[in-house]
Amino acid sequence: MRHAMSIEPTPTGSLAADQPMAATAPYLEITGLWKSYADFVALRDISLSIDKGEFICFLGPSGCGKTTLLRAIAGLDLQSHGKIEQAGRNISTLPASRRDYGIVFQSYALFPNLTIEQNIAFGLENAGRSKTEIAARVAELLDTVGLAAQSKKYPAQLSGGQQQRIALARAIAISPGLLLLDEPLSALDAKVRVHLRHEIKALQRKLGVTTIMVTHDQEEALAMADRIVVMNHGVIEQVGSPTEIYRHPATLFVADFIGETNQFPARVLADGEIGIGHSAFRCATEDFSAGQAATAVVRPVDIIPHGADAHAVNAVDRPATLQNLIDAEVREMEFLGMFWRTRLTAPRLGDRTLVADFSVNAVRRLSIQTGGVIQVEIPRERLLLFPRSA
Amino acid sequence: MNMVLEAPHLPLIGKRLRQEASRDDRIKLGFMAVIGFYLIIALGAPLFVMLSKSFSTYRFDLAAFEFQVSDETGANWGPVVSAEALNRELGAVADGELSTNSDGRLAATKFFPEFSFRSPVHYRIRGTTNEAAFLAGSTLEKGTEWRDYDSSEFRRVVLRPERSLGVANFVTYFSTPALAQSIRNSVLMAAISTVFTVAIAFALAFGLTRSCMPLKGLFRGILTIPILVPSLLPGIALVYLFGTQGVFKDWLLGYSIYGPIGIVIGSIFFTLPHAFLIILTALSVADARHYEAAASLKASKWRTFKTVTVPGARFGLVSAAFVVFTLVITDFGLPKVIGGQYGMLAVDIYKQVIGQQNFEMGAVVSVILLVPAILAFAVDRRMQKRQVALLSARAVPYAPKPNARTDALCFSFACLVSLFILGMIAMCQIAAVVKFWPYDLSLTTKNFAFDLMDGGGWAAYGNSIRLAMLTALFGSIIVFAGAYMVEKADGFRVGRGIFHFLAMMPMAVPGMVLGLAYIFFFNNPANPLNAIYGTMTILVVSTVTHFYTVAHLTALTALKQMDPEFESVAASLKQPFHRLFFRVTVPVCLPAILNIAIYLFVNAMTTVSAVVFLYSTDTKLASVAVLNMDDAGDIAPAAAMGIMIFYTNVAAKLIHALIARGLLKRTQAWR
Ligand SMILES: Nc1ncnc2c1ncn2[C@@H]1O[C@H](COP(=O)(O)OP(=O)(O)O)[C@@H](O)[C@H]1O
Ligand SMILES: [Mg+2]
Repeated sequence: MRHAMSIEPTPTGSLAADQPMAATAPYLEITGLWKSYADFVALRDISLSIDKGEFICFLGPSGCGKTTLLRAIAGLDLQSHGKIEQAGRNISTLPASRRDYGIVFQSYALFPNLTIEQNIAFGLENAGRSKTEIAARVAELLDTVGLAAQSKKYPAQLSGGQQQRIALARAIAISPGLLLLDEPLSALDAKVRVHLRHEIKALQRKLGVTTIMVTHDQEEALAMADRIVVMNHGVIEQVGSPTEIYRHPATLFVADFIGETNQFPARVLADGEIGIGHSAFRCATEDFSAGQAATAVVRPVDIIPHGADAHAVNAVDRPATLQNLIDAEVREMEFLGMFWRTRLTAPRLGDRTLVADFSVNAVRRLSIQTGGVIQVEIPRERLLLFPRSA
Repeated sequence: MNMVLEAPHLPLIGKRLRQEASRDDRIKLGFMAVIGFYLIIALGAPLFVMLSKSFSTYRFDLAAFEFQVSDETGANWGPVVSAEALNRELGAVADGELSTNSDGRLAATKFFPEFSFRSPVHYRIRGTTNEAAFLAGSTLEKGTEWRDYDSSEFRRVVLRPERSLGVANFVTYFSTPALAQSIRNSVLMAAISTVFTVAIAFALAFGLTRSCMPLKGLFRGILTIPILVPSLLPGIALVYLFGTQGVFKDWLLGYSIYGPIGIVIGSIFFTLPHAFLIILTALSVADARHYEAAASLKASKWRTFKTVTVPGARFGLVSAAFVVFTLVITDFGLPKVIGGQYGMLAVDIYKQVIGQQNFEMGAVVSVILLVPAILAFAVDRRMQKRQVALLSARAVPYAPKPNARTDALCFSFACLVSLFILGMIAMCQIAAVVKFWPYDLSLTTKNFAFDLMDGGGWAAYGNSIRLAMLTALFGSIIVFAGAYMVEKADGFRVGRGIFHFLAMMPMAVPGMVLGLAYIFFFNNPANPLNAIYGTMTILVVSTVTHFYTVAHLTALTALKQMDPEFESVAASLKQPFHRLFFRVTVPVCLPAILNIAIYLFVNAMTTVSAVVFLYSTDTKLASVAVLNMDDAGDIAPAAAMGIMIFYTNVAAKLIHALIARGLLKRTQAWR
């Protein structure tokens, strides 16, 4: 690849011998990055390492600084402080044109007066390639994104999804070491979006190009990323694989932003035991000390239904508490296609509403219906605890 | 875990990072500097010099010079006497004569009544300050050293006045009733014309957008005709129609067309297209939903008009009013031809400079003329910003429904106004081809024999075309490149701000003021750019600058419609910005660039105000020829030349339309 040739003239083997760390060094390393506008800090002290070939998603609510971080990496909006290294090269203050990346914007920014072919060839010209070489490369790229038949058309004649793929082809035409995507799918309708998710992911795997994608859509991030960087108010809340992020959110914000949550104010009673309302629940409490205030979180899908219990009505002080079993009345049921979303109220949670998602099967099997009383379990290992200032 | 709570503080050590400049950045910076420099040379510096001139007064300071006279042997010197003492004794120069202008000269011999250039007596002169200056022949002398001259040399010694800063010129201006009266006159004329023009323009625009009258396209075309002729032309037409020999002279009930009446009618003629286009745009963006709401509330027609139509167009109306006001108050050609003895500011500048060679007073009038122009401009910019906000709201276009009475009324009115416009043009056309309107109506071509009259002949016409083409060519390039820098160069925020400000300024600077400022700045031997004075170059520079703002805004609008990420994409693809510029930006903006070119062409053909101070015998212009021939009483040839300008502009418009269509077909297939 062009990139490898231009940056490492010596064989990789001897380089590795000189610098034993080089083999394991991250491809992109960001340290202590800040970005401030006149009276507003958009990024605070961002540090992040990305390995070669990884697919990373920056995920967070709108305005949290994802684009700002991406543009700092691209050299389009310089950070105020901080260092960025790419492939062992300090690129912190390099202009965009001297960095090594391809980028796709939300608007695609396709040149409207150039044909699809010319758009893709734009970055290939001017670099000492012959006309036939360029034509071959363009044909190959058009094949890759499956739009060979459209090569003579203008961008305005293509659908949104097709334009998106052209923008992608143009970005990877110069075989960049890093691919940056800023909300590439958000302008498309839902069906195309899901389809393109797979295409982009497959293409990235095929090329092995390190990729950073910005998105505010958690589903998209969970489906595509090797690792997700969750951001909020200009800081990184957590970095981790989709399952880590989902199963072990580091902060309440992450727990709430990824997937849905029930949140209850709680207090640590003893090691392995917390109190919600007037009742005790079993829960992992490693990082907490007895008496500490906390927020207990459980996801709707993690609540297990156990059906109506004959003794449920007077079972309030049963030792079953220790199995985190509670009685709850079904207030509302909403059929969402794949599952039923139910709203329950439980006396033991201090009559707070508990949202639970039950499978269609379970609802049928246990004859759960509005107005009925059922017993549900909040599994100990699914009950998450976050610190709360009292 | 507690990352959010313990948010670290901004590092205090280490300066804010700066990006390394890429080659593109350096090229862009250089480019911006060049165009910024152009605007400073072509606008900022001349205006500054003019401003300082208006506050400069010149006076002979007699106390600053001392003389000594020798006896007949030329060896023994008499006592040292100051010029002031001599004058007190002799009364050679009255106090009033001591005030002068920058070119004032006072012969030293005035203080020596017995002076004879054949006498063997020698004279000595020195200054008492380092600033005291005098000329011996053409050599400039300065300072406190004695200098000896024999009598034949002393004959050619003249004192130079001293310059001081102050408001004396303004005091003189305001204490000269004939001059100060012009302020009132100009404001009055501008105000009256504004009321009439905006009312007529509104009625026309209303007809075109809110009725189903026929021939809308034709009326639109006719209403823009006045843009294609110099503002002198309606003046000439009025002279023929209502002047001393005018056929419709009686219509004026004894009042003379020369003066306020002529100025107002002519002003309506030449400002109508501007007001009409602005109000038409404002009315075109009306929201049909408002009309539907009014209809559902059973509002009467009149009530709908009052509560929906007028408020919807209010920014357009205000904007149009300011534009018309500025155009009238700064116009020179029309009041020059039809104004008679009625003093107007723009004409005063001309009279002071060309007639009396009083440049300082010309500068004073210019500064006074700048005030309303800048005021109107500032208010208008504010309005425009709000109008844009109004525009961006998503509106449902309004489609008028036929209504026999309204349609007939609108149609009749449009016919009437069209008749007025076409009548004026036709009058000039007829006057140009008949022997002697209205007495001898036989056809002739003698009025086109321009070479036989003063004014510059056919060469002037050729020069005008050359000027228009050069202005269109270089103007489009400079304006578009400049707008590109303002809009697309990232970084250099301060530089871009200054640049944009400079680009907006010409709108507020009347042509006469610009022209006079150019005299001050370029007609100065100490200026290295003095060489362009009196050449075609200075005419092109002044015309491009004069019409810079509208062209700049057109370019800016086109550029703003382009995706701001194109530059980012090009940089990520390691392509230099100029490749993007020529392959994408220019082709996409081509329609706008062509519009800028034709705008500059048409205005360069018709403009009089700036260039009237700047043309030389080699660079006489058609529009100035109209003025000069009219001045010399050759009104029919003046009309003929005006008509030539009109046809040239019509032809240019047609060619523009053809080129635009051809190019669009070839390069804009993607649209
Ligand atoms: N040029 C600017 N001046 C001031 N604030 C800005 C500027 N650009 C972005 N911001 C602010 O920085 C924050 C982060 O923006 P951005 O990175 O675009 O968010 P997102 O995560 O939605 O991509 C936002 O609150 C935005 O208002
Ligand atoms: Mg964003």
